[in-house]
Amino acid sequence: MSDALTLAQQGWPAAFPAVTLAHYLFVSAAMFTVGLIGFLTRRNLIIMFLCTELMFQAAGIALVAFGRYHLDFSGQTFVIFILTVAAAEAAMALALVVLLFRKRETLSADEWTEMKG
Amino acid sequence: MLHQALHLLPTLAAAPPAHADSGAAATPGGQLLMLVPALCVLAALFSALSGPLKIRSKIPGYFSVACLAGAFVAVLLTYLGHESGVKIAHGFEWITFKWGDGPGQALTGNFAFYVDSLTLLWMLFVTGLGALIALYSVEYMADDVGLGYARYFFAFNIFVLSMSCLVMADNLLLLFLGWEGVGLCSYLLIGYFYKKPVAVAAAKKAFIVNRIGDLGLVLGLLATFVAFGTLGYDPLFAMIRAGVDAKGAPIADSWVTDVIPLLLMAGAFGKSAQVFFYVWLPDAMEGPTPVSALIHAATMVTAGVFLIARMYPLYAADDDHMALSLVAWCGAITALWSATIGMSIFDIKRVMGYSTISQLGYMFAGLGLLAPTGAAFHTLTHAFFKATLFLAVGAVMHGFGGQLDLRRLSGVARMRGFGIVGLAMLVGSLNLSGVPGTAGFFSKDMILAQGFSTPASMIEAPQAIAWVLLLTAGLTAYYTFRAFFRVFTGPVEYLPGDDEHLLEHGRHPKGTTLAEWHKQHGHGHGHDHAHTELTGVAARRAHGRKDFDPTTEEFDPHPPGWAINASLVICALLAIAAAALYFVKTPHAEEGGWVGGMIERSSAAFHSPHEFNLLGITSHSAMYLVSALVGLTGIAVAAFLHAPKGWQGLFLGSRDTAATSRADALTPRLGRVARWARAKWYVDELYDWFLVKPLRGIAYVSSWIDKLLVDGLVDAAGALPARVGRVLRPSQSGVLHGYAAGMAGGVALVLLLVLIVLN
Repeated sequence: MSDALTLAQQGWPAAFPAVTLAHYLFVSAAMFTVGLIGFLTRRNLIIMFLCTELMFQAAGIALVAFGRYHLDFSGQTFVIFILTVAAAEAAMALALVVLLFRKRETLSADEWTEMKG
Repeated sequence: MLHQALHLLPTLAAAPPAHADSGAAATPGGQLLMLVPALCVLAALFSALSGPLKIRSKIPGYFSVACLAGAFVAVLLTYLGHESGVKIAHGFEWITFKWGDGPGQALTGNFAFYVDSLTLLWMLFVTGLGALIALYSVEYMADDVGLGYARYFFAFNIFVLSMSCLVMADNLLLLFLGWEGVGLCSYLLIGYFYKKPVAVAAAKKAFIVNRIGDLGLVLGLLATFVAFGTLGYDPLFAMIRAGVDAKGAPIADSWVTDVIPLLLMAGAFGKSAQVFFYVWLPDAMEGPTPVSALIHAATMVTAGVFLIARMYPLYAADDDHMALSLVAWCGAITALWSATIGMSIFDIKRVMGYSTISQLGYMFAGLGLLAPTGAAFHTLTHAFFKATLFLAVGAVMHGFGGQLDLRRLSGVARMRGFGIVGLAMLVGSLNLSGVPGTAGFFSKDMILAQGFSTPASMIEAPQAIAWVLLLTAGLTAYYTFRAFFRVFTGPVEYLPGDDEHLLEHGRHPKGTTLAEWHKQHGHGHGHDHAHTELTGVAARRAHGRKDFDPTTEEFDPHPPGWAINASLVICALLAIAAAALYFVKTPHAEEGGWVGGMIERSSAAFHSPHEFNLLGITSHSAMYLVSALVGLTGIAVAAFLHAPKGWQGLFLGSRDTAATSRADALTPRLGRVARWARAKWYVDELYDWFLVKPLRGIAYVSSWIDKLLVDGLVDAAGALPARVGRVLRPSQSGVLHGYAAGMAGGVALVLLLVLIVLN
């Protein structure tokens, strides 16, 4: 990307012409909604954590799709960063969940209401 | 800067100096006197450190005595090498505020000493008595060996240090620092028994009353600086001698010689307990007795006399001597006023306290009556005989568990071990009463005689002042010997005081009368011979012992040991010897003997005018007779009213118990006068009503304004966020899903808004 040219301008071919941006965005939105609903309805901390991962990846899909749509690497680069951070965060979050479990012998999020004003 | 100021004065060179000696320019010298503050600091540091170092012995006391004696020797050597004129011993540059190069644009206060004969006169008795009374304290404070001992001697040494700075300072700024230093030490030592609420209140009272006077002193210093552009004595006296201020304007009839002396007088009256300010000194008797002797009788309270004597050129420069008239009248009135109180109260230590106020009144009257020599001589003799009296009273207090009521002690001088105390008390009393031949007689005479010979054109009604003083002399003789006859002569009777040591061991019969106590314990009146034989051994055994058994042992008087006796003897001998000073011939002065010579060579020199001369009788020779007669009459009245039968009471008395005397029959006939005098004329109550209570009322109102208005605003500022928080608090449910739903809802809301806006 030495010059300010997009991939399309450099003559790159479109990969799957039948699958449009709208498809990707639909998948992304669906995943995000599933994640959100799961997060709001479930009480198990691990499940809730998985739901946040789901929402995370939904955003990643949208980013990659837009990057491809605009023929710009920035989207994919960003997603790689997201994946890295998500891995680290997953390690920490699971460790936290283990610690919380040790305190109360349960995984229910309702057990933790210390922040009540 | 100062020299420039002087060069600006064309009249200065022309004006001849008033006195050849005091007019001479100051030369460097007298560096030996730097040893005095150095030794005091050394002793103070050692005393202070002996506390943390857990030195539980009398070593700090003896060390202080040694250091103070060394200081005295340094002063004595300087005196012996001092001929005349002024020497300035320069220590170091200390305080300099400079805001320009012109005259009067820099305020300097160097640590330097102004050594002339007035300084040396004061320093001789300050350091001499300081060492003696430190020796006395070594034994007197023996019960407090340890931390209290360290605290006591620290404050004691710092006092001598501050007093030396006050007296030797070569500028008013250093004098002021010393002045505040002695005030602080006085506060610390009055409040020495800090567990006694009375002592703490007395310390505060002394400190606060002194601050009011000090306001005058500070303003006086500022006015001096405004008028003369300097606070150093040397340039100051040069200008005053020339009769001009820093601008060259004559001062004789300007505000300078009216306002500054009056302001300085206010400071002097505060420190020396005169007129409105005297109330602190009787209360200061709550301190340990050696402190009362040194600070509140011999030295610190004479600082006011010293200040006026030091600034005498300025006082004398006034053409109508307004300030001096006021000083004289205030002194005379105070002398009479406090003598009447001293006549009627029963606490012998407070009698001495009021007598000190009265005698200080004499000194001020002497200064005001244009007799600085008489005032200085009386200061000197008073220092010795009043210290003797206090030390003797202290020995009685020490021996009888703090008993001071003259109705509960009798015949003390006849008890074993108290002979020296009785003799010392007699010497002091004779001096204070002005019996012919004593030092007190000659010094009092100088002031009285001057009162009758000062022309009324110079001072307001000097004869009236002299009559007041003469009356006071009679009253003084009466109350002095009242205390002496009641406590030291007559049948041996005693009731111990309420010293903490006695109360702790249940040996103090609190609430009992003298008669009950005697019945209970079967000794005292009538049984004294059997008892006095015991005192020597038993008292020494009982004294200071914690395991004292009250059931098997009773209270025994504790006769003074060698340190108290030695310092008493020396003090009494000095009080006697001071009379000889009157007859020392010096080439420097016509009258006043040695002290006259000292004053004549100092800045306080003043050729007192003599007008009175009737058929070759000068006022002095007349006064010898009159004041002797008045003094002896006072003693005779005291003997008649209070003395026991027989030779002890000069064959005039009739008292045979401690508690009552002929005076008791006489007192009711005086009616209210006696009652009011005994209540100290209700001055403390008056101050309480007209000063303390209104001030407390204002403080009360202010505190409520502070609480309601100021604190209210601040509290409101704090309460507002708290209230808001209380309203918003329920939104924090603590439930994770609630937060999540909130976030999701928020995001949805924002998206909705964006959509609406975009469409």
